[in-house]
Amino acid sequence: MNINSLFELFKTKAEAINAEVYRFATKREALGFIIDICNKEGISDKPYSYALWANCPFLKDLDKEEISKRLPGLKYEVTKPLAAHAKIGISQMDWAIANTGTLVSDSTQIEQRLVSTLPEIHVAVVQTSQLVPDLASLLSQIKPDRASFIALITGPSRTADIERILTIGVHGPERLVIVFVDEN
Amino acid sequence: MKTKEFKQSIDKALKNANMAGALGRFSEAYVISRAKAFEGIDFEELRTRIAEIKSYATEHLSELAEEFKKNAEAKGAKVFRTEDPEKVKEYILKLAQERGVKKIVKSKSMASEEIHLNPYLKNAGIEVNETDLGEWIIQLAGQKPSHMVLPAIHLKKEEVAEIFSKEVNERLSSDIPRLVKVARNELRSKFLQADMGITGANIAVAETGSIVIIENEGNARLVTSLPKIHVALIGLEKLVPHFSNISPILTALPKSATGQMFTSYVSIISGQIPNTDGSMKELHIILMDNKRTAMANDPIFKEALQCIRCASCLNVCPVFRLVGGHVFGDVYTGGIGTILTAWFDELKKSEEIQGLCIQCGRCKEVCPGKIDIPELIVELRRRLAKEKGLSFTQKAIFSVVNNRRLFHSILRKASSLQKPFSKEGFIRHLPMFLKELTDFRSLPAIADVPFRDRFKEIRQPKTTKKAAFYAGCLIDFAYPEMAEAVVKILNRAGIGIIFPDEQTCCGAPARYSGAFDVAANNAIDNIKALLKEEVDYVISACPTCTAALKYEFITTLKSQGKLEIILDAKRLAEKTFDLSSLLKKLIDGDKLRFNSRFEPLKITYHDSCHLKRTLHVFKEPRELLQKSGCIIIEMFESDVCCGMGGSYSLKFPEVSKPILQRKLKNIKDTGVDTVVMDCPGCVMQIRGGFDKEHSSIKVKHIAQILLESI
Ligand code: SF4
Ligand code: SF4
Repeated sequence: MNINSLFELFKTKAEAINAEVYRFATKREALGFIIDICNKEGISDKPYSYALWANCPFLKDLDKEEISKRLPGLKYEVTKPLAAHAKIGISQMDWAIANTGTLVSDSTQIEQRLVSTLPEIHVAVVQTSQLVPDLASLLSQIKPDRASFIALITGPSRTADIERILTIGVHGPERLVIVFVDEN
Repeated sequence: MKTKEFKQSIDKALKNANMAGALGRFSEAYVISRAKAFEGIDFEELRTRIAEIKSYATEHLSELAEEFKKNAEAKGAKVFRTEDPEKVKEYILKLAQERGVKKIVKSKSMASEEIHLNPYLKNAGIEVNETDLGEWIIQLAGQKPSHMVLPAIHLKKEEVAEIFSKEVNERLSSDIPRLVKVARNELRSKFLQADMGITGANIAVAETGSIVIIENEGNARLVTSLPKIHVALIGLEKLVPHFSNISPILTALPKSATGQMFTSYVSIISGQIPNTDGSMKELHIILMDNKRTAMANDPIFKEALQCIRCASCLNVCPVFRLVGGHVFGDVYTGGIGTILTAWFDELKKSEEIQGLCIQCGRCKEVCPGKIDIPELIVELRRRLAKEKGLSFTQKAIFSVVNNRRLFHSILRKASSLQKPFSKEGFIRHLPMFLKELTDFRSLPAIADVPFRDRFKEIRQPKTTKKAAFYAGCLIDFAYPEMAEAVVKILNRAGIGIIFPDEQTCCGAPARYSGAFDVAANNAIDNIKALLKEEVDYVISACPTCTAALKYEFITTLKSQGKLEIILDAKRLAEKTFDLSSLLKKLIDGDKLRFNSRFEPLKITYHDSCHLKRTLHVFKEPRELLQKSGCIIIEMFESDVCCGMGGSYSLKFPEVSKPILQRKLKNIKDTGVDTVVMDCPGCVMQIRGGFDKEHSSIKVKHIAQILLESI
């Protein structure tokens, strides 16, 4: 399967389980989109309105300060109290599994886990080239010797424990926004 | 016999309309979503892989545990392996006390429920909070889970609102999203304050020392990330050798559990990870044995360790959806729960609940661990019967069944004794003490002349082929007309019928009650009778009997050590056919042809349990019926049990009745006025049910319908 069909498959599967899926050619466009989301969600420098961005390759050659200026509520420092008071968590995922719409991350670093568990919204950036067809091909690539906490995320947090009615957003994020970036 | 308490718990469960409603709706939706989730996947291949992985692990439990320990400890975990549940509790308590732990958050762990960890820690003054929404509701309500995967399915949203209102001291409405928010807020602070997190795990990988936790809510991610100590309590049976083994289990588990493609979260933890303050997390992994090794050493029950706890066996079980989990009295529920309870707790504990299985075999069709649950339950019964003996009534009955002459003469006598109660071939009412038996369905009257006597009057044409007819008790003594139809049809195909007089009960009732000695004697009598004269086929028009002749004689005789007769049993098995399979063969070979009907007959077809799931025959009767001019209007859940289950309907009439009523409704909903089936037992149950309702729907054995087109 080529990358476009892998992406299409991923999108269909992920949207079926309430994730939001976008794809951009360049990092610039992706960044613009993330800033838009933050603005729409009213991110500001007040508790419960922060956005936390966990350190990741995507941020590497971007001007972090420049972004912060455009988004006063955005923080690159990720701590437990800040994450508990954040509305949006942003992180980069390492792989995406097409046939289940799953994101995969080496979440050994606590920052990765904090931004993807505690805030209401998780914005997940992932390189389009990191798409793999299925779980078996993923497992053949990852090495638990190097990653102590491998997290597979498939859609937002959900429950059906009351009367079997599907309800989104229990303990984890209630929105999962997935941003694919083609540019390496 | 059921004790009063057990009977009361069943009655209570049956009266709980919430539970039956919720479980009933779920069971219907589940079948559809499960099928959808597995679309495009070769389930047989997948579960064969899982069964291979798990059975390999079962054979190598101890080695895998050591390998796991070595690899996990190399990555900074502490691994504690113990047989004794008490030691597990002591270990956790000691650890908590040494580290000054005051508050614990837990994500779902059946192993911890198995050893009643929560009350133990609570007694020591430690606050323990379940965080899985369903488990938390159950904890707050002070109840027990009613389902392995959906613990609070028996509670309505109004009840949940009530429970939460008390907890947060505020009147809450029963709006579900709002209730979920309340739980999120309440539990959030508990996550943030907890000093220790306890989880279970779905898989433990020996080669890497990894544990895999599967969940939807995100609570396990918080439990493993926020507190500084993580204790994972894992049953030994969760071990697999290789990292790549995760894939098939992870592929099957969510689909089997809830019909989901995948769960929201899967966490693969391999060794220590950093805490929120930068320190390294203390990771304690407890590998709990609690009789798993003993189970692995049991040649028969080791199969149960292939269970991945998906609960699909509960979701498809016609009994479970009526009674729910509470009647099973422990954490593990349903058919597999009965088996696990017998081992993890004690055999005696399964004494009553094992009876609830009607042996319909639906669970083993969907089990991703490829476990033959009903067969293991029969084995439980065998051991219970051996250890504790049968009840007085059972003993009395089987001592009669064990003696062919006595049995048959009693059946003949019964035919005249029943006179005051029978009318038009039915017994509609029985005296008070037997009233339950005819409460919801009439019983067939015992025929004046059994088939074995009528047979002598039948004149048959000259034929080249010969078949021995095995009648089985019900056809012989209640429905001889079915046998007559079989003889006529087969004669038309050039097959002459003989009726070996020494044949007797197929032993199924005894076997399903665990009386293997009686079943073995029945088997021997029948093998001798049926092989006495050289024949081309042995034919039965009862799928339960056919299953006995074809498969169960062999397993019963083996288990009773009667090896000298196994070869004969196999010879008999090879010759034995159920009616539909033989007729299909004859039609295909152009040995038999149907005349067209003047007008097509609209019918619906009921799949009998043993025919569909033991003999794997379900296409054949449909094809025969269509070729003979019938139009089949399929009913909903055509292959769900009718509630007969041999003597089950006598032991658990209160369960048999609602199962039958569902079946009757599904038949009526098709709008046709004839329902056809291959099994005289199902005819007895369904015909009796319609008679009680004064319905005009005709209930026919397939032989009777096919005869009309010969
Ligand atoms: S055989 Fe039928 S009744 Fe028995 S546990 Fe399985 S599904 Fe339930
Ligand atoms: S016995 Fe089979 S179907 Fe039942 S929970 Fe275990 S794996 Fe699932």
